[in-house]
Amino acid sequence: MRKFIFGPEALLTAAATSLGILAGPVSASDLTVALAAEPTSMDPHYQNLTINNSMATQVYDALVLQDVNQNLVPGLAASWEPVDERTWEFKLRAGVTFHNGAAFTAEDVIATMQRAANVPNSPSSFATFIKGKTFEAVNDLTLRVSTEKPYPFTPNDMSRISIIDSAFVDATTEDFNTGVASYGTGPFTFTKWLPGDVIELSRNDGYWGAAVDWDNVVIRPIGDGTTRAAALIAGDVDFIERVAPADLPTLESRDGLSVFKSVSNRLLYMTLHMTDDPIKPYATDHEGNPIASPFRDVRAREAVSLAINRQAIADRVMDGLSAPAGQFSPEGYIGYSANLEPDAHDPDRARELLAEAGYGDGFKLTIHGPAGRYSNDTRILEAIAQMLSRIGIDTDVETMPASVFFRRFSRGGPGDTPEFTAAMSGYANGSGEPSHPLRIFIHTKQRERGYGPGNRNGYSNPEVDKLIEDGRSSMDIAMGERAFIQATEIAMREYALVPIHHEIATWAARDGIAYEHGALDSTFIHKIRPQE
Amino acid sequence: MNEGLARRMSAAGQPAKGTPMLAFVLRRVMQSVVVLFVMSLVVFSMINLVGDPVDMLVNPESLPEEIDRVRRDFGLDQPVHVQYWKFLLGAISGDLGKSFIFGRPALALMAERFPATLELATSALVISVTVGLPLGVYAGLRPDGWGTRIIMGGSVLGISIPTFWLGLMMIIVFSVVLGWLPVSGRGETSRFLGIESSAFTLDGLRHLVLPATNLALFKIAMVIRLARAGTVEVMALDFIRFARAKGLAPRRIVLAHLMPNILIPIVTVLGIEFGTLIAFATVTESIFAWPGLGKLVIDAIVNLDRPIVVAYLLFVVTLFLVLNLVVDIIYALLDPRVRLQGDET
Repeated sequence: MRKFIFGPEALLTAAATSLGILAGPVSASDLTVALAAEPTSMDPHYQNLTINNSMATQVYDALVLQDVNQNLVPGLAASWEPVDERTWEFKLRAGVTFHNGAAFTAEDVIATMQRAANVPNSPSSFATFIKGKTFEAVNDLTLRVSTEKPYPFTPNDMSRISIIDSAFVDATTEDFNTGVASYGTGPFTFTKWLPGDVIELSRNDGYWGAAVDWDNVVIRPIGDGTTRAAALIAGDVDFIERVAPADLPTLESRDGLSVFKSVSNRLLYMTLHMTDDPIKPYATDHEGNPIASPFRDVRAREAVSLAINRQAIADRVMDGLSAPAGQFSPEGYIGYSANLEPDAHDPDRARELLAEAGYGDGFKLTIHGPAGRYSNDTRILEAIAQMLSRIGIDTDVETMPASVFFRRFSRGGPGDTPEFTAAMSGYANGSGEPSHPLRIFIHTKQRERGYGPGNRNGYSNPEVDKLIEDGRSSMDIAMGERAFIQATEIAMREYALVPIHHEIATWAARDGIAYEHGALDSTFIHKIRPQE
Repeated sequence: MNEGLARRMSAAGQPAKGTPMLAFVLRRVMQSVVVLFVMSLVVFSMINLVGDPVDMLVNPESLPEEIDRVRRDFGLDQPVHVQYWKFLLGAISGDLGKSFIFGRPALALMAERFPATLELATSALVISVTVGLPLGVYAGLRPDGWGTRIIMGGSVLGISIPTFWLGLMMIIVFSVVLGWLPVSGRGETSRFLGIESSAFTLDGLRHLVLPATNLALFKIAMVIRLARAGTVEVMALDFIRFARAKGLAPRRIVLAHLMPNILIPIVTVLGIEFGTLIAFATVTESIFAWPGLGKLVIDAIVNLDRPIVVAYLLFVVTLFLVLNLVVDIIYALLDPRVRLQGDET
């Protein structure tokens, strides 16, 4: 789209500035929202997918809820605490009813867990959060959850499971899609879903929390960013998510519209292969002969990080919609360490480090990444390649569709090993659990124990592993968090990954609408409120 | 298209050359089954070379057992030929497999989305004929007029401007600036003569105008060019001159003598173009968030929902096979020479 000198964005700008059609006052009762994607199902247990999960929170509640920064707050459980090393006790909220009038009790939780772990044909089930836990109803409003080993994250896991009425324990996914079984306890009731077209919700007047303001909400999936922005300007919709960077100045400068931005927990990072074996074809000497990965040496990894001008990427590639990152979490988010700053751009020092590591003459490198998966992903890779070339690493870029990339990224090499020497990918913490990125990316790969599934570069530090494991088996949550922050600091200083930036999430709405937003880039309809 | 047209011109004679229609149709059906089988083999093996659906489906935070379970449940742990054999057995009984993403039969999902696409394609076809035919005939009758220059220049634009760009422009002009029409989506539908369509309600029509016109623009340009070429050719023929010499009104010459003759190639081409309207409305559907087949299949390709992609491609192949057959039959019926010979046998 950028190739056109007089592109649609340019005209959108012209249209918006010259011939403004003022958006009328917001109807206090109804809301129309355009989202960039739609759920694959309205069954809250069908697929563990971000859009499905955020839609599920509109109609259903979990025992524990997450606020916009993924801190745990009371949901259908009013409080919870460990009663011994292996058991958590949840005190359930009294007087809550499902949309069909049935009373909520501990039996519903037990039935939900039974169903959520075993939904047929699930492309990504919630069993991960349920397996290994025993659920016991002490009485109607007290529930005990026990695990075989001490496990501090039971409340986090419980925040992932939407509670359904036990009457629907045997309901099919189709029953939830059509509304036969979709009775939750959440702020909205489910009205209808026409796939690809519309989702309709209505207010739950009997909600146990603060009732929402809208009588009815219409949600439309509009995949194309410019169409979404046009729909908002034309007044077809009141609220949109994911403003395309090119449309942002238009919407920001326009009367009658407001834009919301926040630094999200979606991190873009580079991973650099750091073991001897195997030798990959993507790092070579100047004649093209494969060499052992230069990134075995921490100084070469640091050189890459110092070579990347994160601020230039934010300003020129991302149109200001990224914040330079030095760790997994953005500031203010769980697991954030105040001691870690994003590396400043320092090509001179980077060249020195390369020379110290024995690569003073440079080498050739191919960096890989997905195309179209993350905001501006290809252009970021191209920018990084230029920056690396400037310090003597002669860098080529190879991008591919995400569906091809992820397979090669995780097991495209010999013996199903990760294929690439240097690759860019993204990560967002879905669970709000502070050890999550450490368990996935940083811990030594131990498949059978569930450690290091995303550790594709062979990073391994026994001290870090121990900190992660100790933290994950301590019921003292504050102590665990300290261990995780310490592990993060060690791993980041050894460039277990090279963080690039956190994406800045955007929303836009007609004036008179407020949106409570935080580190999550998905949209929560019940956080959209009329402005007083 | 030219090749297709030429091929059809020669093939169309077939039913007339003494072969009974039924035998002709039967032979074509048999050929179609073979084509379908070969296509399914090609599509199935090609798509299995691309990526691994498990990477796209399973949330990376899941435990390894979960990844193994999904691979097993979806049969992805089996060798490709075993997967294909299972697919083939299912396909024979009309089951093209279940979508990985939606967990529902691929055919049911496509059937759900098909009416919206059909409605869009039909509207686009109607628009392209009603606009393109008169303009093309006019251009053919007055080859040197200034009106013709404008029409032909416009048709070059219509063929060369990318659909997605034009779609966005139409949204900006008609929805954002003028505010006449809604930006996207399908409007209210209602049922008429047993068909549910948004073309029967005012709201539905308002939603339909922009995407249908967007989809039709390329075809309008094509119909103009076909109609013009046909008109120029036919107007020079003896029977038209004879009609003129007889003193027939120009109106009557055009309607009764010119039209039937230029319609034959246009109908032939449009039959196949209707197939492309259905099969490749993807871009228009994406821009206008039209809940049709195109959006379904784009998402399926991005997320490696293999059963949907395979089912969709087989559907498209079937569509073209059927359209080809229908066009050949209609062609035989439309062309008086073919019909006369056919009647004698």
